[in-house]
Amino acid sequence: MRQPKIIVVGGGLAGLMATIRVAEAGVPVELFSIVPVKRSHSVCAQGGINAAKNQKGEGDTTQKHFDDTIYGGDFLADQPLVKRMCEAAPGIIDLLDRMGVMFNRTPEGLLDYRRFGGTLYHRTAFAGATTGQQLLYALDEQVRRHESEGRVTKREGWTFLSAVIDDAGIGRGICAMDLRSMEVKTFPADAVIFCTGGIGAIFGRSTNSVVCTGSAQSALFQQGVDYANGEFIQVHPTAIPGEDKLRLMSESARGEGGRVWVPRNPAEKRAAKSIPEAERFYFLEEWYPKYGNLVPRDIATRAIHRIVYQEKLGIGGQAAVYLDVTHIPRETLDRKLEGILEIYEKFLGVDPREEPMKVFPAMHYTMGGLWVNDQDQATNVPGIYAAGECEYQYHGANRLGANSLVSCIFGGGIAGPAAVKYARNVEKGADATDSGVFAREQKRQQEMNQALLSQQGSENPITIWKELGEIMTEHVTVTRINKGLENANAKINDLQARYRKMNLSDRTHWSNQTLNFARELGNMLVLARVITVGALCRNESRGAHYKPDFPERDDANWLKTTRAKWVNNDIQLTYEPVDISQIPPRPRRYDAAK
Amino acid sequence: MAEGKQVIVKVKRQASPKEAARWEEFALPWRPSMNVIICLRDIAENPVTRQGKQTNPVSYDSNCLEEVCGSCAMVINGKARMACSALVDQLEQPIRIEPLSKFPVIRDLTVDRQFMFDSLKRVKAWIPIDGTYNLGEGPRVAPEVQEKAYPLSRCITCGNCLEVCPQVNENNNFMGAAIFSQVRLFNMHPTGAMHAKERIQAVMGRGGIEDCANAQNCVKACPKEIPLTESLAEINRQAWKQALFGWLVG
Repeated sequence: MRQPKIIVVGGGLAGLMATIRVAEAGVPVELFSIVPVKRSHSVCAQGGINAAKNQKGEGDTTQKHFDDTIYGGDFLADQPLVKRMCEAAPGIIDLLDRMGVMFNRTPEGLLDYRRFGGTLYHRTAFAGATTGQQLLYALDEQVRRHESEGRVTKREGWTFLSAVIDDAGIGRGICAMDLRSMEVKTFPADAVIFCTGGIGAIFGRSTNSVVCTGSAQSALFQQGVDYANGEFIQVHPTAIPGEDKLRLMSESARGEGGRVWVPRNPAEKRAAKSIPEAERFYFLEEWYPKYGNLVPRDIATRAIHRIVYQEKLGIGGQAAVYLDVTHIPRETLDRKLEGILEIYEKFLGVDPREEPMKVFPAMHYTMGGLWVNDQDQATNVPGIYAAGECEYQYHGANRLGANSLVSCIFGGGIAGPAAVKYARNVEKGADATDSGVFAREQKRQQEMNQALLSQQGSENPITIWKELGEIMTEHVTVTRINKGLENANAKINDLQARYRKMNLSDRTHWSNQTLNFARELGNMLVLARVITVGALCRNESRGAHYKPDFPERDDANWLKTTRAKWVNNDIQLTYEPVDISQIPPRPRRYDAAK
Repeated sequence: MAEGKQVIVKVKRQASPKEAARWEEFALPWRPSMNVIICLRDIAENPVTRQGKQTNPVSYDSNCLEEVCGSCAMVINGKARMACSALVDQLEQPIRIEPLSKFPVIRDLTVDRQFMFDSLKRVKAWIPIDGTYNLGEGPRVAPEVQEKAYPLSRCITCGNCLEVCPQVNENNNFMGAAIFSQVRLFNMHPTGAMHAKERIQAVMGRGGIEDCANAQNCVKACPKEIPLTESLAEINRQAWKQALFGWLVG
């Protein structure tokens, strides 16, 4: 039998899990990543990973995890895969435990669990407050083992440019660029799994890492891979503002008892610690007595915006609220939250064990992503799969905290075997594909590079990118008004025109980061429009998508998935029904128990 | 540049591995809470030196910008550290930025740290599981073991401990403290301990634990405050034990 070959693009949790599964099936796998995979953005996940192990005897079940996830996502998620994920989650924890993840333990030596947003159960396993890092390392180590035994070939320091798609519309491999030599090369594969993560850079500043540009997803979209629910963007309620990055302060701070508040008096001048209890406004606890500080992220974020912009109660008149853990014993903080408290201390020079942190919401996650089916992570282009944050299944209109790590590992875990099965059964493999198909794609990409390197003008890519970020953050995050969205769409169009007048300040052919960034920026602009146009058309409020002019969820008209297609070099939105076969939609409210 | 507070930055530039290094100086507008990454981005947006000469943006590695990915290690004012957590207001000016010197320079501040990942392979820094299919829960671990192991598992492979180590040099293949600390981590895990011998075998010989000269610079340079000298001592102990035991049963 012909030996198939698989490519995985992206080495975060989803990509590594897919790689391991392909390697275990005995199929050679080539793993592409911009950064050494151990430096992938998954390391930034902090609080934990959900699984209904019922380790605290609360009567938690996988069905309750499933219900919390669907309800938390405001019924926009297709239900079959979410159900399978929640059922698989306890097994995923066991696997990670066997791989040696140093999860926090109970006195009995069992895994400890904490509470997270959008649930009333202790369902979140954690390793301090650096759980993503710990999980990524465990998978990285397993991949390194497979690599040393010859089953995995890593290509770190390569960036994905485009898929190779033949005339029959079948994916046959990828075209990538070596970030040192700037060589553009094609790599045949019978199936490719994309695990290219988040899109934070489209919003300029976010909690995401530098590589989270969405460039790969956008490139694929422009080659005919559909993109779903792009308008659903999660803004995390608690982050530390910064000029280069908005640094996340994990929901686990609240899971361990942290409280969010502002002074009741907007003219308050005293230091936080000297403000008496009665003069503090614990607005989440007051507004949402059942879930309190652990309401889902979209709810908490809107509440903070209301406090700051409508009630004018931001600390010292600024866009900030207190996230207070000073009442929690220092020993507990150091054992369970050290990783994030250390970040606050290092970047602000203030010890959050002593003084309440000042935080504000920040763009954090995309629920939308490449369209994949509800069975095995296949996109609409045969031979192309997607898993992890870059695809749209699992989180509906709002993701629950600590569900991203489990969705990455579950999605990657089923994409691997699915790609193997497809590759083994495909009638004609990549090696039998006409070499002209590869040469054509390579030439197209080389020409795009050449065009950027030779074009003349006065625009700078970083300036365009900063403006894009400002537009997106202002109009396409927490509160969306149609006029503002139209405005944003027009402005992005202007930026696309200016993009063609960019002057690259680096025209060299060795480790040219400016050229690479320019390529990414072009793709960011397209995806920004997918997000904006999707938001503009959806006239309702659902999960993270909030329009004050359409404040209610509208199931009659909008209980459907947005599916963007690239037709004649433009975005075309189509809609398809949501699979609600398991849990019928019901109103979503967190001020009372559901 | 107009009046207003400035940040003066000197960057060691090198166009490619074959070309000679040179310094360039930049004057950037000061803002509150600037870090070295923001300085490098400012230069990319306006790549003009303090002397008014047009130049290229500086090539550098960065990713998470919160000291958890290990990408942006460089030498700042003579000290190996992460650029993201190097706050301008805490640095003496002019701020001198250079690439790590113990790794091959690719361009400007980007270096090739593949040696570290290869070393992790050499010492088998993993738990050899049978497979990812469902085999039930992992072994129980006492909280005090977890509390010892977890700090070791926060190593970000930044390379700062190699940069400051006198034993990491052209004449020596010393793997560096980070790697031995990982050996300690895996040998501490109940399943990992079953294969401790293989790892200890891998740290004996060229570049191995006996090349540690106990300078103790590593522990001071670690941005994650990992007790690296404890790890070195522990691995040294395990290596001696294994050598002695091996000789006894010879």
